[in-house]
Amino acid sequence: MSRLLEISDLRVEFATRNGPVEALKGVSLSVGVGETLGIVGESGSGKSVTAFCVMRLLDRAGRIAGGHIRFRGEDITRAGRRVLAPLRGAAMSMIFQNPRAALNPIRPVGLQIADVLRAHESISAREARERAVALLEAVRIRDPVARLAAYPHELSGGMCQRVMIAMAIACEPSLLIADEPTTGLDVTTQKTVMDLLAETTARRGMAMLLITHDLGLAAQYCGRIAVMEQGRVVEEAPPARLFGTPGHAYTRRLVAASPRRDSTVASLVGAPEPQPMPLRPRQPLLEVRELGKRFGTAAAVDGVSFHLDAGESLGLVGESGSGKSTISRLVCRLLDPSEGSIRFDGEEIGAIPAGRFHRSPYRRAIQLVFQDHGESLNPRFSAFDSIADPLRRLLGLRDGAGLRARVEEAAERVGLPGDLLGRFPHQLSGGQKARVGIARAIAAGPRLLVLDEPTAALDVSVQAVVLHLLDRLRRESGLAYLFVSHDLNVVRMMCERTIVLQTGKLVEEGRSEVLFAAPRASYTAELLAAIPHFAPEEGDARARAAVAG
Amino acid sequence: MSATLRHVGWVLRGNPVTLLAGCGCGLMVLAALLGPWIAPYDPVASNVPLALQPPSAAHWFGTDQLGRDVFSRVLVAARLDLAIAASAVSLSFLIGATVGSFCGYAGGRLDAWVGRFVDVLMAFPLFVLAMAMVAALGNRVENIIYATAIINLPFYIRFSRAEVNIRRNLGWVEAARASGNSHVEVVLRFLLPNVLPAMAVQISLNLGWAILNAAGLSFLGLGVRPPTPEWGIMVAEGARFITTGKWWLVACPGAALMFAVLCFNLLGDGLRDILDPRMRT
Amino acid sequence: MRGIAGRAGRRFLSSLPALLGVLVFTFLLMRVLPGDPAIFFASGPNAGQAEIEDIRRRMGLDKPVPEQLLLYLRDVATGNLGRSMTTGQPVLNDLRGRLPASLELTFCALLIALVLAVPLGILAALRPGSLLDHGVRMLCTLGVCVPTFVSGLLLIYVLYYLLGIAPDPTGRIDIFASQPPTVTGFLLVDAALAGDWEAWWAAASQLVLPACTMALFVLAPLARMTRASMLAVLTSDFVRTGEALGLSRRRVILVYALRNALLPVITIMGIVFSTMLGANVLVEKVFSWPGVASYALDALLSSDYAPVQGFVLLMASIFVLVNLVVDLLYGLADPRVSIG
Repeated sequence: MSRLLEISDLRVEFATRNGPVEALKGVSLSVGVGETLGIVGESGSGKSVTAFCVMRLLDRAGRIAGGHIRFRGEDITRAGRRVLAPLRGAAMSMIFQNPRAALNPIRPVGLQIADVLRAHESISAREARERAVALLEAVRIRDPVARLAAYPHELSGGMCQRVMIAMAIACEPSLLIADEPTTGLDVTTQKTVMDLLAETTARRGMAMLLITHDLGLAAQYCGRIAVMEQGRVVEEAPPARLFGTPGHAYTRRLVAASPRRDSTVASLVGAPEPQPMPLRPRQPLLEVRELGKRFGTAAAVDGVSFHLDAGESLGLVGESGSGKSTISRLVCRLLDPSEGSIRFDGEEIGAIPAGRFHRSPYRRAIQLVFQDHGESLNPRFSAFDSIADPLRRLLGLRDGAGLRARVEEAAERVGLPGDLLGRFPHQLSGGQKARVGIARAIAAGPRLLVLDEPTAALDVSVQAVVLHLLDRLRRESGLAYLFVSHDLNVVRMMCERTIVLQTGKLVEEGRSEVLFAAPRASYTAELLAAIPHFAPEEGDARARAAVAG
Repeated sequence: MSATLRHVGWVLRGNPVTLLAGCGCGLMVLAALLGPWIAPYDPVASNVPLALQPPSAAHWFGTDQLGRDVFSRVLVAARLDLAIAASAVSLSFLIGATVGSFCGYAGGRLDAWVGRFVDVLMAFPLFVLAMAMVAALGNRVENIIYATAIINLPFYIRFSRAEVNIRRNLGWVEAARASGNSHVEVVLRFLLPNVLPAMAVQISLNLGWAILNAAGLSFLGLGVRPPTPEWGIMVAEGARFITTGKWWLVACPGAALMFAVLCFNLLGDGLRDILDPRMRT
Repeated sequence: MRGIAGRAGRRFLSSLPALLGVLVFTFLLMRVLPGDPAIFFASGPNAGQAEIEDIRRRMGLDKPVPEQLLLYLRDVATGNLGRSMTTGQPVLNDLRGRLPASLELTFCALLIALVLAVPLGILAALRPGSLLDHGVRMLCTLGVCVPTFVSGLLLIYVLYYLLGIAPDPTGRIDIFASQPPTVTGFLLVDAALAGDWEAWWAAASQLVLPACTMALFVLAPLARMTRASMLAVLTSDFVRTGEALGLSRRRVILVYALRNALLPVITIMGIVFSTMLGANVLVEKVFSWPGVASYALDALLSSDYAPVQGFVLLMASIFVLVNLVVDLLYGLADPRVSIG
């Protein structure tokens, strides 16, 4: 039997200022009828380019340089609009990352669904409307008739992605391409969207091409996974074999670097487990009481209390809107609290206005590491200047050998090669920028480091290295960490104690190993259950259930 | 430093239009500096027997109704026109960028208030405002500068405010504060330098606009008085003769105006490429 | 709908302070002006000291400044804008008689500019890098560089002097043509109402040159804006969605791309319109157009300040009105504003 989609030796070039760059270097893949294939890879691996090639949505700079794409046996590699138009949406369709931007902002969603239906079937507006209601119902949107008139900005991100799914399945295509469909969504929303996708495709007998950077997600929902690296498919196997006996060296690294329920920071990078940290006498460092912050009338943080000892690391987890980033800004004294107290080293620092805190002796004691490393470095400062800035400002160092020595020392501690210090942010890789950001934070010798999603924007292999670095730094220097993250696995590995937040309130607090093994609050349990993970026996059962349902 | 020069060279090679615009601007500056010395005739000396001559080898741009050499007048006028535009733009840039940056950084009610005020002001017929201002302050050249500066102000405030606003919550701004910089230092040392490239483009475009405005005012008979050579006033004097076919009286100073504005506009686009560090490889 | 009305209402209220500011400005204008205002309002240059004193008292110039401001605000509220020295008429009457000429010119120019600029911008964006795109970009670059007064004069030279196609560039209608009875003051409308197509043609041919001059002036920014926003929208995610789900090219461009691309064009319409009001002064002078701007300019040059005050006030009111209309239009076009 011929396969539904066959890609053979596909090569794609992008025209850039420095001449053509090969994005795909001979990719071969195939998807059978009703099959789910996952394509996993880090940024720059070419996984999205592959998907866009199939739909022929490459932008002007991209060009298919060689190879073939066959859909239902027909070669569509160089097909024109006339051939493609009836296929797109009707035989194969696609959903995208960032669903809110993928919908027309000034057209009601009901009409957008109807647009797709009427592009492929000659039906009346009334019929299209009825079909749209049925589709919204099928993607489990409550009160579908009322939702027809809604605009994308009136819906949550998860809802928008469901509308997108409704549009994509409207004409019963036989292939659905999902390009990072849950990136940017909260973990619980991610689970509902992915479950919906899996169930819908299984029930309608649709094949799915799931493109994701998350190995766990692919393993949970796909029958087969292709691993891509730098424009090539390095390995293709069912999840069990990929996890059990990965064949390619890159796959082995990727599997190891993807945090799982039993990973440790050392296991991510394949390093030997470090000695357990020696017990230290309890010495309170940070004491937060009844902390509250209101923006207008909305409370972003509401009566949160916690404490942190010197040298301890405390995790702060929650979904978007939980107030975790606000808390990190409050503790760093970049924002003024509306109520409550923040005591550092027994001293009340919550009362010092944020606008004057830069003169406080505690400024150098509390430092911050940021989320998006592309945005956390001043584009007009070299790496050296970025690291030197706190030394100049907080320690009053003057330019000269002393300053240079301090900057080089900080760079060495974070493993940043000295010859990169003269470079500007746009000349550094994501991992290198992360290191500069960490070096800047530790340069002035802080005692508390607030880490706000320090690895959220990084590829898993880079994340593994950065996490290992952060863990080593803490063991060496006795820094205390306040580690803010949406990723529960990362927090479990990095933190001794964990706090769970929901809509600005504290839900649960406890020692990490206890909290993750036996959560007391139902919300924590829900969060834990939503983490995509690979469990062979469970996965098979789910697939069977989905087909039966 | 040599890397910067290499980058500039690279941009100019890929962008010959910018190079030409740069040369044009250089020419104008030269004309402004040396105009009175290199002009072939005295720009204000009348020679009635030679009045209203069409362009010829002796008088490249012809002569006007008093027999004055139009080419010399156009050349000498460059100084006054460029000086008006440059002083007006630097005034509004200095005030506007500072006010806009601090408002954009501070946010809150003051910022919202300033923002709305600027929006309202921008939608006002600014040229009319400038006219009224020159009328009120007195019909003098420096008042043309003030009027042009004031009507340019909202653009700078709005622009720098928006540019700072999108950056105020970026990691490196918060990091700057965590590194011990005060709010004022964050704005002056971190935000302003990052906004400058975009501002430079704005300044260049604005210079053109300021020239047009000043020339428009003097065309109406405000500010500069005859017989001072100035492009706008020369067009106004030539306008009387257009229906009798004496085109050079309008076309030559008009072309000088267009050339000036065109050069500044094209230079603005080129500047953006040169000053943006992300383009440097 | 209520959201839109609320937004428009808020915007209207927020433009009131600006209007008040303009009022204070025009008041100060009169105070700061060199010379004694009372002399302007006196019967003539030979007026005696007693008469000037009398006028001074009647005008309230002997009272303290804040009280004078209040008196001035009261006068404006009751429609008393003073009397023009040059025409001898109340300023309000003069403005009322000349406003239609200015508006007719501005609206025609705006129409011409929109009809040309929007399609050009769209076509250029649909084929970036094509000959048409380069042409439009060149037109935009050159268009913003040409001062209105120069382009107007050159148009006169070419079309009137060289080719003889255009009529004598003075005034709204040929002095020998019959003037249609005044109903709205808009010659084109009045002539059409009277069924006098000869007069309509005479007025229209008089209008073409100044309207084109002014249209040229705003053509470039409008086309540039349309092109840029259309380009941005064409590479946006939701247009890609439309393509991916097989919508026809026409539908993607007209319903998905174009409607979104026109939103920023609507927002700058207010600014474009008010720039045109400003450019009116120059165009009306070049073409001896009997509008409010040339009226104010003549008054300004002969140190007759009441008309200038009235003119600035009129401009301010028009601009408040135009912004209100733009806000309402935008509210109808973009559903997102009702929450913002």
